[in-house]
Amino acid sequence: MDLFEYQGKQYFARFDIPVSPGDIADTVDEAVAIAERIGYPVVVKAQVKVGGRGKAGGIQLADNADQVRQHATNILGMDIKGHIVHRVWIERSSDIAKEYYCSFTLDRPNKVHLGMLSAQGGVEIEVVAEEDPSAIAMLSIDPVVGLDLATATKWVADAQLDEEARAQAADILVKLYRCYTDGDCDLAEINPLILTPQGKVHALDAKVTLDENASYRHPEWDAFRATETEDPREKMAKEKGLNYIGLDGTVGIIANGAGLAMSTLDVVNQVGGSAANFLDIGGGANADVMAAALEVINADPKVKAIFVNIFGGITRVDEVAKGVLGALEKVTITSPIVLRLDGTNAVEGRAILQPHLSATLITEPTMLDAARRAVSFANA
Amino acid sequence: MSIFVDENTKVIVQGLTGGQGRFHGLRNRDYGTKVVGGVTPGKGGTDVDGIPVFNSVKEAVAATGATASFVSVPPKFASAAILEAAEGGITFIVCITEGIPAHDEAVTYNRLKKEFPDVRLLGPNCPGIISPGKCNIGITSGDIALPGGPVGIVSRSGTLTYQALHELSQQGIGQTTCVGIGGDPVPGTNFIDCLEAFQNDPETKAVMMIGEIGGSEEERAAEWIKANMTKPVVSYIAGVTAPPGRKMGHAGAIISGSKGTAQAKMDALRDAGVHVCQNPTEAGQKMVDIVRSL
Repeated sequence: MDLFEYQGKQYFARFDIPVSPGDIADTVDEAVAIAERIGYPVVVKAQVKVGGRGKAGGIQLADNADQVRQHATNILGMDIKGHIVHRVWIERSSDIAKEYYCSFTLDRPNKVHLGMLSAQGGVEIEVVAEEDPSAIAMLSIDPVVGLDLATATKWVADAQLDEEARAQAADILVKLYRCYTDGDCDLAEINPLILTPQGKVHALDAKVTLDENASYRHPEWDAFRATETEDPREKMAKEKGLNYIGLDGTVGIIANGAGLAMSTLDVVNQVGGSAANFLDIGGGANADVMAAALEVINADPKVKAIFVNIFGGITRVDEVAKGVLGALEKVTITSPIVLRLDGTNAVEGRAILQPHLSATLITEPTMLDAARRAVSFANA
Repeated sequence: MSIFVDENTKVIVQGLTGGQGRFHGLRNRDYGTKVVGGVTPGKGGTDVDGIPVFNSVKEAVAATGATASFVSVPPKFASAAILEAAEGGITFIVCITEGIPAHDEAVTYNRLKKEFPDVRLLGPNCPGIISPGKCNIGITSGDIALPGGPVGIVSRSGTLTYQALHELSQQGIGQTTCVGIGGDPVPGTNFIDCLEAFQNDPETKAVMMIGEIGGSEEERAAEWIKANMTKPVVSYIAGVTAPPGRKMGHAGAIISGSKGTAQAKMDALRDAGVHVCQNPTEAGQKMVDIVRSL
C-alpha cells in the first residue's frame, strides 16, 4: 500500500524523524485555519499518489490567508495525471540550503536491505543513477545485523553530505531504517532531505510503501487504508475479499492462482483480445467466491465476454462447476461465459455443467481454445 | 534421479494438526511420501490418522530420523517454525505459507544462511516439490505428474506449475522433479539452485522454467544458463500484458519502472539460448518436441 505524502510524514513522526510542521485539510476553510495556526509563509501541497505534482501546479507557496484560499481552491479537485486531489497538506515553508536523497528498500537479488544516500537530492533518483551513479552511496545492510549509528556516520561522510549536516543526517538515517524495518515498509524514501540555512536537517517529502502482509501487526494502518481512493470495481472486489485489478479491455477474466491469471491475460492478448481485469480467486473456489467474482465482473460495463480459466490442483473442478451454477442462480450475468476446466476432478466438473451448457455458457478443452472463443464474443 | 528429495526422504509436517497441514500432509502420505511425524507444540503424544505428533522438531527428528520438514503454519508463526526446523536438525524445509511479511523473510533467510549454511529452504509461499512416484511435499496434486523423467521443472508460480506438469503428462512425457520456488520477494531457493541441480542430475535431460514478471531472478538465471547449462531449457514468462506498478497477486510479481518486465526477461533468456514460448501450451509442446528428438 502506497501512502500519501502526509501519511508518510505522520508515519515518519512516529519514528521521531523530523518533518516540517503541518496538517491535512479536506476543505479550503480548513486549509486557511491550518495556515493561520502554523504561521506564514506556508506551502499548499496536493495529496496524490503520483509524481510530477509540482509541474502540474499542485504545490504552491502562500504568504497570507488570501493566497492560501486561492491556491487551495485551485488545487482541491485538480486532476493530476488522472488522480483527483481530495486533500491538501499545509506546512510551514522551509528555506533550503541543500537537498539530499535517502531511501531503504529490499535488494532482492542479494536478499539484504539496500540503503541509498546522495548529496544530490530533490531530483528523480533514477536520473541521478543514470547520469552520475557515483553520486549515490549504496549501503548493503544485513537484516540480521541492522544499521547502527557508527555505520550511518561513516555512510554520510562517504556520500559527501555537508559537514554541518552529517550528525543530524546519520541520526535520521538510523531512525528511517527503524521506520523501514519495524514499520514494515517495502520502501521508505526521503527526497529531498534538506539542510536549512539555519543548519537544521529534516524531511521535506515522504514516500512510503507498506508491506500489506504485515498489516496484522499494524492496527494503526487502518487509518491509511480508509483514505484509499480506488477504482470502484476494485473497491467492490476488495469488499468481497477478491484479488482484483481493473484494466481497460473487454474480456472479463477469472482464474485460480496469480500465475495462471497473469498467463490468462497474456493468452487473451495473444489471440487478439484485451482483458478487462486480473482476478485471482485463489484456492477453494466455492459458490460464494465464484458468485462474488462473476458479480464484480458483471458490474463492469466494458465487459463483453467472461473467461473462466481453472486448473484444479487443490481447488477441485467439480466444486468450481457447482460454484458457477450456484453463482448463476444468484446473479444475472449479461455476458457469455467461456470456461476452461482442467486438473483435479475436471471430468466430474464438466459433467456437472453439461446439462446447463448453452449459447452463452460454453466449455472449451484448452486454455487457447477458450481464449479464442471468449475473444470472438468480445470482438463480435 | 531426483533433486533435493527422493523415495527415502523422511518428512515431518509442522502444523500437521491444523486444517491445511492435515489435508496436505495426509495427501502427501497417500502419494507414497514417507510422512513420519507431525509437530504441534502442546499436542505431543497424539496422532493424526496414525502419524505421531511431537511437541518440537527436535523430538520429532530424534524419534523418526526425518531430514525434511513441510511447514504449514500461519504467517505469524512461520519464521519461528522454519528456524526451529533448522535448529532441530532438518536439512530441507518446504514452507507453503502465504502472507509472511517481507522483513521476516529477509531476517529468516539471512539467519539460515549464517547459522545453518547446509539447510535448504524452499519457499515460502510455494506449492512445494514433487518427484513423481517418489516423494511429494506440498500442495501439488500428485495425479497430474508422471514418473520416469526426463524433464525437470522449476517454476515461480503455483497454478502454472500444475499447468506445466499437465501439458507434459498428457502427452506421456514424465518429470524427474518439479520444484515450485514460490512468488515471494525473498525465496529460500531460486532458479539457479534448481537449474544447477538439474544440470548435475544425469536423469534430467531437459528443463522447463516458468517465470513471471517482477524482480530479476529470471535475468540472473539466464546469465547462469549461458555460462553453465548444457541441457536444453524451455521457458515461459507470465505477465507480458501486466500493467506496471501493480502487484499481480504475488508480492514478487510487480513491475517497477522499466525493471522486471516480461519482455526484458524473455530477451535475456533468448540470448542465453533458451527456447522462449508465448504461452504454457506452446512451452509444453516445445518440450515434447525436444524430448522426442533426444
